[in-house]
Amino acid sequence: MSEIAITSAYERRAKYRPVTEDSPLARYALIATAVLFLAVFLLAPLAIVFVEAFSKGIEPFLAAFDDPDALAAIRLTLLVAALAVPANLVFGLAASWSVAKFSFPGKSVLVTLIDLPFSVSPVVVGLVYVLVFGGQGLFGPWLAAHGVQIIFAVPGIVLATIFVTFPFVARELIPLMQEQGKVEEEAALTLGASGFKTFLTVTLPNIKWGLLYGVLLCNARAMGEFGAVSVISGHIRGLTNTIPLQVEILYNEYNNVAAFALAVLLAGLALVTLGLKTFLEWRHADALSGSVRRH
Amino acid sequence: MSENLQKRLGLGILGGLVALMMLASAHSQAGQTFLNVSYDPTRELYKAINPAFVADWKAKTGETVEIQASHGGSGAQARAVIEGLNADVVTLALAADIDAIASKSGKIPVDWQKRRPNNSSPYTSTIVFLVRKGNPRAMKDWDDLSRPGVAVITPNPKTSGGARWNYLAAWGYGLKKFGGDEAKTKDFVRAIYKNAPVMDTGARGSTITFAQRGIGDVLLAWENEAFLALKEFGADKFEIVTPPQSILAEPPVAVVDANADAKGNRQLAEAYLDFLYSPPAQAIIARNFYRPVHPEYASKDDIKKFAKIDFITVDKTFGGWTAAQKKHFADGGIFDEIQKQELTR
Repeated sequence: MSEIAITSAYERRAKYRPVTEDSPLARYALIATAVLFLAVFLLAPLAIVFVEAFSKGIEPFLAAFDDPDALAAIRLTLLVAALAVPANLVFGLAASWSVAKFSFPGKSVLVTLIDLPFSVSPVVVGLVYVLVFGGQGLFGPWLAAHGVQIIFAVPGIVLATIFVTFPFVARELIPLMQEQGKVEEEAALTLGASGFKTFLTVTLPNIKWGLLYGVLLCNARAMGEFGAVSVISGHIRGLTNTIPLQVEILYNEYNNVAAFALAVLLAGLALVTLGLKTFLEWRHADALSGSVRRH
Repeated sequence: MSENLQKRLGLGILGGLVALMMLASAHSQAGQTFLNVSYDPTRELYKAINPAFVADWKAKTGETVEIQASHGGSGAQARAVIEGLNADVVTLALAADIDAIASKSGKIPVDWQKRRPNNSSPYTSTIVFLVRKGNPRAMKDWDDLSRPGVAVITPNPKTSGGARWNYLAAWGYGLKKFGGDEAKTKDFVRAIYKNAPVMDTGARGSTITFAQRGIGDVLLAWENEAFLALKEFGADKFEIVTPPQSILAEPPVAVVDANADAKGNRQLAEAYLDFLYSPPAQAIIARNFYRPVHPEYASKDDIKKFAKIDFITVDKTFGGWTAAQKKHFADGGIFDEIQKQELTR
């Protein structure tokens, strides 16, 4: 804010522009391009989702949620998120704790591994699980002999989701924890606090907003994941279809209103996440500093 | 703060446990359900047949069953069953896919096709052309598909059963036209696939590409899929062109013995497939634009829609699905050769 004020005062005084600054025309052109790009590629599709969902009025929109398959998809999506997010909360905390507070051989390998799900295509993730747990796979025959169904059932969907969403919490926390160092924990420990108490009273309060932020992103992805889940789901109606898969099925059945109604549900979820994220960044920018700097 | 957090942590763990219990119960339920794994365009058909069967079964045995369905490209669905998708019955697009389940997983005996009448196919269909209203590119016969500049929409034969019927119908036409000359037939089929801008994984994906996204001049489609598109999008947008010659497509059904026995669903599975041949199901089949094997059970109005076509069959022209699959669609088969030369051109 102050920077802008200084620049404009400066401009008023001397009628020339510093070499480090672009001409207003270039600036406006760049801003206009960015806004246009956002409008065409982000806002318009989002708007169309809502327009399509309500294209035949509110009644068909609501009817889309009266379908048992749609309700089952919503239930399954919530269940998968309820399992995947806490799992990644624990894994993410443990991973970032060890990476940020200790040094050990192979640390950079661990950090690379944490990032792996970001770089591997979700479809490949799904296929890997098929290769491991499938009937022709590594553990498939043993699992089948013991009547355990992993892929084409809920456990497989949860596993694939955990894999895909693994980095979100850890990636949020590692820079934050690294920045905070371990001085406060050491102080607590020297004052006689137990390890668990130190974690609860010192570490956790320090990282809570970063943690929440990571959990939000993790949750959004867990509910929206398509590729990996699609490979592993088996597409059994009312049993192994999550909301994104159900959207595709409805669309392929020429049922546009219902497909977009469910899409609105997902989009609404994304908007809530976005709102919470913005709120956190606004209110707790300091507590998030390590992570915010990266974005 | 710390007490508060401890409370929250406790709540979180409790929530996790509840979710796990829900998961476990969902899992145990999965054992008692009945699953029909089918191919792409049968969604509407089985949506209509399942309630009729449930009512029939209830009247006969007093039991209430819940039938679950999974739809996708026929080859992809077969693959899923091989990898462990717990299907009680499979109702796929072609015999080769059920053969694959039989040979690769051993869950179905290899002679499965002899277990039910009419090569285990309760309904048949064929391949027709769906074109835009007024037929602006004047598509009449298979020759027209190979004309330069025509965009032909067909799914990928590697994953879709319908796509394999499309391919074989074109091949059969070529054989007849060139008096059995395979080299010329191959060039002819290659010219058709050169005209295919996108190949979806399943028949329904191709219909959406053609009808909803507006890509292409002609869709090679299951007859039932073409009729359904007319019904969904309106007869003012598309029309069906029936070529004088096409292929008799027999989508077969089979009990997946190992799965049905393990789930205690054997009787139910057999009854379900038998029901498909019954008068009420045959009427539903015709209403959903499949050609019933017992046309006498269907309404005359439904039967009238099916044009007379000169059919070739896989058994007579290609020596059965096992031979056709090996020669044309296996890795390194003729379809691969066509695609490869396409790329190097």
